[in-house]
Amino acid sequence: MELWKRFKDPALAQKLLQELKGLCQGSSQRPTLMEVCGTHTVALSRTGLREVLSPYLDLRSGPGCPVCVTDDSDIDLMAEVARQPGVIVATYGDMLRVPGSYGTLLDLKAAGARVQLVYSALDALELARENPRDTVVMLGVGFETTAPVAALAVQRAASEGISNFLMLSLHKTIPNALRALLAENSRIDGLILPGHVSAIIGEEPYRFIAEESGVPAVITGFEAVDMLLGIVELVRLIVAGRPEVLNAYRRVVSPDGNPRARALLEEAFRPVAARWRGLGSIPDSGLALAEPFAAYDALQALGLRRPEARPPRRGCRCGEVLRGLIEPAECGLFAKACTPHSPVGPCMVSSEGACAAHYTYGRNG
Amino acid sequence: MFMCLGVPARIEELEGDRATVSLEGTRRRVSVALTPDVKVGDYVLVHAGYAVAVVDEESARETIRLIEEAYGTLEEV
Repeated sequence: MELWKRFKDPALAQKLLQELKGLCQGSSQRPTLMEVCGTHTVALSRTGLREVLSPYLDLRSGPGCPVCVTDDSDIDLMAEVARQPGVIVATYGDMLRVPGSYGTLLDLKAAGARVQLVYSALDALELARENPRDTVVMLGVGFETTAPVAALAVQRAASEGISNFLMLSLHKTIPNALRALLAENSRIDGLILPGHVSAIIGEEPYRFIAEESGVPAVITGFEAVDMLLGIVELVRLIVAGRPEVLNAYRRVVSPDGNPRARALLEEAFRPVAARWRGLGSIPDSGLALAEPFAAYDALQALGLRRPEARPPRRGCRCGEVLRGLIEPAECGLFAKACTPHSPVGPCMVSSEGACAAHYTYGRNG
Repeated sequence: MFMCLGVPARIEELEGDRATVSLEGTRRRVSVALTPDVKVGDYVLVHAGYAVAVVDEESARETIRLIEEAYGTLEEV
């Protein structure tokens, strides 16, 4: 069998499952694990692992879906940007259907706002080049995986003198959000750490987790065998009472991450407090443009102010889902007033959202 | 859009910071601006059109070996 296919090999998955059953034998309570990354949320449901593992483990989804953790006030800010004359808003597709106080970006587009779907921040830069009389504003959403390309786009705009390109940087960084989360949810016994965020930042930024909170954490890949291996390693640490950070995705994540991407983040951005849905404002968990690129900051250039944080939409419990406090089905709106076709909150909008994953793959899926 | 793809892509051709990769039988263009040291024949993980990491084949083999040799030997429950 080809090397990469071995990470989907049912025989290896079975061995790991056997190991896990052995580890869980005799423990009276199911350990509570949180998968931090939205892709893990989807992959655990899609592969059926969530259901297979449910007798042994309580798996909770975390704050690793970029659209889901975007605060309502920031969604309103995006709408405000879209309403500016002469502005073309460039956005990732997932953001289009998230409802804010003024409806969705798609609603605004229908009402005449210029909203353009892009696949990366560099596509938005290209859009600015093609529309020299307009101002293109990239809605910068995402974590350490997405932010380096946004950094690249801003650097290129500066070096090529493209002045009609702006960035609304709402990028977020994972480590301090985990710190806030662990302070809030004491039920979490172990963290399944995101694979690709880790490929960028490496192992070091997570060290505090074990030291401060005593909760073990394992960097984990996305294939079925990867996920089972990460979970086995994590449960082994929990059972042994050893709060450590391990890397079970070594073929992709090197201890110091991706040095080129890290350098880009450091050059183009500076850490700031960011608002997270469900978690509130967290210090040093967001990325604003660094001083040399201040001219590309959409907030400053358009003279906009961030609106006040608002209470969550009535009945939507996305914030509690993102903290792992409830399962999607515990929300009164789930699968009734709120479905992927007519979503009330972002956890149902995004393909990576816990509510959308649970809806699509079955209530327990 | 933000989803992390777990399947490695093989670098087939390189031209500056652009590369042609083969990924599950299809060919596509990606940027290697974040992995500047990449070579033809290397495997990379692609995130939203960008190679974000070079995949280490030796580590992959080690992981598989570890699972084969060290796991699943406990008695079935």
